[in-house]
Amino acid sequence: MRYLKMKKAPGAGTAGNRQFGYASTPDDAIPAIANRIPRGRSHLRHPAFLLAAVCALLTAGPVRADDARTHEFKLDNGLKLIVQEDHRAPVAVVQIWYKVGAAYEQDGATGVSHALEHMMFKRTEHLATGEFSRTIAERGGRENAFTSLDYTAYFQQWSKDDVELSFRLEAERMQHLLLDEQEFTTEMKVIAEERRLRTDDDPQALAAEVAQTVAWQTSPYRQPVIGWAADIASMRLPDLRAWYERWYTPSNATLVVVGDVEPAAIKRLADQYFGSIARRDIAPPRARPEVGQHGEKRLIVRNEKVQLPHLMMAYKTPTMTQIGQPGPDGKLVEAWEIYALDVLAAVLDGGSSARFTRELVRGQEIASQVGTYFQSMSRLPDMFSIDATPREGHDLAALEAAIRAQLEAIKAAPPTVEELARVKTQVVADTVYQQDSMFYQAMIIGTLESVGLSWRLRDEYAAAIRQITPEQVQAVARRYLDRDRSTVAWLLPEEAR
Amino acid sequence: MRRLARLLVICCLGGLASGAPASPGIEQWTTANGAAVYFVAAPEIPMLDVRLVFAAGSARDGAQAGVAALTSDLLDEGTASLPADEFHTRLEATGAVLGSGSLREMAWVSLRTLTAEPQRSTATALLGQLLESPRFDDEAFTRQRDQALAGLKRELESPAALGQRAYYRALFGDHPYGRPPEGTLDSLGQLTRANVEAFYRRHYVAKNLTIAIVGALTRADAEVLADRLASSLAAGEAAPALPPLPAYAPVTEHLEFASSQSHVFVGQRGLAREDPDYFPLVVANHVLGGNGVVSLLFEEIREQRGLSYSVESHFEPMGLSGPFVATLQTSGEQLTAAVNLLHEQIALFTAQGPGEAEFEAAKRNLVGGFPLRIDNNSKIVENLAVIGFYRLPLDYLDTYTRKVEAVTRKQAAEAFKRRIDPTRLVQITVGRGAAAAP
Repeated sequence: MRYLKMKKAPGAGTAGNRQFGYASTPDDAIPAIANRIPRGRSHLRHPAFLLAAVCALLTAGPVRADDARTHEFKLDNGLKLIVQEDHRAPVAVVQIWYKVGAAYEQDGATGVSHALEHMMFKRTEHLATGEFSRTIAERGGRENAFTSLDYTAYFQQWSKDDVELSFRLEAERMQHLLLDEQEFTTEMKVIAEERRLRTDDDPQALAAEVAQTVAWQTSPYRQPVIGWAADIASMRLPDLRAWYERWYTPSNATLVVVGDVEPAAIKRLADQYFGSIARRDIAPPRARPEVGQHGEKRLIVRNEKVQLPHLMMAYKTPTMTQIGQPGPDGKLVEAWEIYALDVLAAVLDGGSSARFTRELVRGQEIASQVGTYFQSMSRLPDMFSIDATPREGHDLAALEAAIRAQLEAIKAAPPTVEELARVKTQVVADTVYQQDSMFYQAMIIGTLESVGLSWRLRDEYAAAIRQITPEQVQAVARRYLDRDRSTVAWLLPEEAR
Repeated sequence: MRRLARLLVICCLGGLASGAPASPGIEQWTTANGAAVYFVAAPEIPMLDVRLVFAAGSARDGAQAGVAALTSDLLDEGTASLPADEFHTRLEATGAVLGSGSLREMAWVSLRTLTAEPQRSTATALLGQLLESPRFDDEAFTRQRDQALAGLKRELESPAALGQRAYYRALFGDHPYGRPPEGTLDSLGQLTRANVEAFYRRHYVAKNLTIAIVGALTRADAEVLADRLASSLAAGEAAPALPPLPAYAPVTEHLEFASSQSHVFVGQRGLAREDPDYFPLVVANHVLGGNGVVSLLFEEIREQRGLSYSVESHFEPMGLSGPFVATLQTSGEQLTAAVNLLHEQIALFTAQGPGEAEFEAAKRNLVGGFPLRIDNNSKIVENLAVIGFYRLPLDYLDTYTRKVEAVTRKQAAEAFKRRIDPTRLVQITVGRGAAAAP
């Protein structure tokens, strides 16, 4: 739930299943910096003006009791509206989140959520092709959309006075999308190029994609958000039409507004533009639970472009949405365990003084980079993952052994009081830093709601983290960092023939 | 109080007189030993952002390619009295976040901290110690050099990175702008710890420093903070002007690479930070390829033909004329068509200039979207750093939208035509097989 601090990764671009964006508003008086989307594995419609708000230095995470800022409403047709006031600048961000993503898709039809996201920018009954984006651009707005495993979301950032226009536009494309055969054919070519750009030509991204399919046997988290190349090629317009009609309806959406706005006025606007849309209840996606895993899975990916070997390790874990349900070991998951896993990730990798950098990058000098990611805000069980690049002169086997020794150390002895104090201080600091970005604040609300949780968890987060004891961190390491429920992937250069 | 009110509205009131006064939002002064300070008070959130920017990018590498970047990398390796482990343990116990980085022209160190005490005092004092006596020990040097080598190897996996590098080389040749900021496998291997130390002593000095501060503190507090940070450094000298740019040829170069897509870079040298044509060129390019999904290149290459996921053009203003570049990525068999189309669009745009409707729409986007560039502390501190580094006028942000609005279609068309010669474009492609010659 908390995203760890940006580290200097070796080289540029994407790494593992993390996703970096491009900040290329050309005249921004800002040096290009890699921006980080809070959740990996998302895909954007277009790369141009990406999430400048989610800045590299911004760590952030759900947090802080400040309910007075945030207001929740529900329309009769089931649309949920969440408004958060931020009066520092006369702007607002509007995001609409649909509970549908790649993990709702079936084999053979992967990528349909993402393809539909692209087509949502084309034409509607009342807007000619291109008019949607031209309308926003002419008013100085920024817009984009992103698709992940669990959700598809669209956003505009602009003057607070344009929130109404956002609502008008989003209500229009929620109801009146027209899908044109010719435009679809062209857009699928774009998506094929997007796949080549983001995945096929990046060895680490490609390896991460393969590793997901090995780690997950039956869970839909095995599917790539952008879709398999063959599925992209065989997708047809009626597939998108059916997907749109099934999922794009008020009761499956969350509307989030953060900015210089007045909640009651925003509620009136929501009623005005979305209120008349008929309620339609939707059938939940078919459950596809992961089967039990019995023993470590290992794989090797070879790629001719690889210059640096790379290691990925992932352990199956529950997330915030499985509290009270059986975990990967069959025993019930307790709420504190999820927070303890977040703390565990930060003990290992929450900064330059954390264990991985201190012990593996500096101390043993065996890694040139090592990172930890715990996905705690997912709709389905997810993973605690580690990725690393060995220092020159060390191989993956040695690096993997060194990482395992670090994990075993936590299982053998709880982290120190000082380490936990550091993590807790960072979490509290993040609750403050996070307030600097309206976009990120909206992201947290939208993500929580879209995976089936409440945005109010945000306000309980720091307090829950403060309760975690060293022994609890040790306990979750013992329970969940279980080799028999892990997957290890090695990315290597092609062997000389 | 609202930030925009401070930065913009107040200025509009005061800006009626000619020679508008410095923005009341940005306060500027110089420390006793010569560092330029830019400060915006942002009392709303109890946090502080400090960004120290030095003219210490790779353009200052001299004969030691990569030394600027390596110096920046080595900065977070502790102080003379605090080894890296101890330094980071103390810093992170305050919740602060330290960053450093470098580009061609600038290198920076940034700190984000809470303004509560003792966190703020502890974190800023540690930053001061770091500036005063960076550790630069042999072990860290060797490790960071190896990491820089690993970074270079990771770039060798990326057609985008390889193309970018080749593009700068083609535009700037042996000029300091032409060299890769990260150095080369060879040059990194030859660097020594003494090189880094000498680079630091020469370039990380007060007279070569801009300090940008945004946060919940008073001017008086900001002065004390700036003085303390600057006085951690020797006064030194500002870095000298870079040599003038040499002539260059409109080369077409192809790098063979085992990628499924070809990456294309087309353009010329374009625009300096202080340039009489700055605003006309920014608006003109916004029509061509700078306005996201509604720009001409996006419409022709992606929307109409589906040739590329990303296609855009931009001017990258630098101290001297930085690149103008149009980029796209497309899979092999479409390469020639896409490249031809890109050239054709640039030539057409240069000949005809922007259309009336597109021109007005681009201006409205730049003006209407301006508030989003300064709507949080992160963005403001980066803007301050750039304003300070390039010594842009203090009212740069206040006058930005007026200057955009003042650009006429004729000015934009003429400026673009003067600057870009479509018959002399540099072209770099990276991928399997070159584009067929037109």
